[in-house]
Amino acid sequence: MNTLVFEDFKPGPLGRFGPRHVTAEEIRAFATEFDPQPMHLDEAAASRSMLKGLAGSGWHLCSIIMRMMFDGFIGRTASLGSPGVNELRWLAPFRPGDDITLDVEVTEARISRSRPATGIVTLKAVACNASGQALCEMTSPIIVRRRGEAATEEAR
Amino acid sequence: MHFFEDIEVGQQHEVGSFTFTADAIKTFAAKFDPQRFHLDEEAGRKSLFGGLAASGWHVGSVCMKLLVASGQRQASEMVARGEKVAVWGPSPGFRELRWIRPVLAGDTISFVSEIESLRASSSRPEWGILEVRHSGTNQRGEPVFSMLSTAFVPRRHKGV
Repeated sequence: MNTLVFEDFKPGPLGRFGPRHVTAEEIRAFATEFDPQPMHLDEAAASRSMLKGLAGSGWHLCSIIMRMMFDGFIGRTASLGSPGVNELRWLAPFRPGDDITLDVEVTEARISRSRPATGIVTLKAVACNASGQALCEMTSPIIVRRRGEAATEEAR
Repeated sequence: MHFFEDIEVGQQHEVGSFTFTADAIKTFAAKFDPQRFHLDEEAGRKSLFGGLAASGWHVGSVCMKLLVASGQRQASEMVARGEKVAVWGPSPGFRELRWIRPVLAGDTISFVSEIESLRASSSRPEWGILEVRHSGTNQRGEPVFSMLSTAFVPRRHKGV
């Protein structure tokens, strides 16, 4: 399988990934470890909250999006990591049993000024449930090796 | 947790600390971010990170974990003093998240929160909206993480 490099990322749609099924057990396990608020763990408390029913942690959804991007393309990309997230919005709660799809678009691709052997690819990702409702939207840059520079970076 | 009226711009709060063990880094990465530099010491050393590095989403999730624990501690102290505890709403999101430096196996990160802005919600008069900057610093005092998070906070006096 060919490794994707900076030159493979052009502005425009990159792909749709998933669906990824999320179980109640996964939601509880993540929330227990990282976000033990009643709205993520307790049915009765969740129904009284603004989320109106048991919902996964927003950080769980972020982590699932990361995994879907890894399985979709980052796992075969010469990725060197990410400096951050420009903006992330949690638009609607995600629920036990949801099947999540992820649409990813390249919004910008430019050569890094500080590290010219690499490029910065800005991605916009939108996660939706099975009925097409958007749950989370994020814009985040990743650092990707340029073609022909892979060996140089690897040797460091 | 405090009500909107009791919060001021500039207020700082120590959230807590967490040590990222190699095991914890690999367990999170295996589930959510299995890039080699998050799973393998040797691959981490060869990467830009210079060692086995925690997934940025792991760092963010740990910040959330500490925020929840800190909120629960604060709430029980308020209850003990006979004060009414505010229940904050879910966060609509964040911006300007920066993974400033890698978090490597063995690093202890301490998080601090500072209120950056406050405003009343125009569409929901019972809520205020605040922006809070969460910052993480490692054991050498170097900044590693920063994000500007938005939260809905209930008002003590609705829409006044």
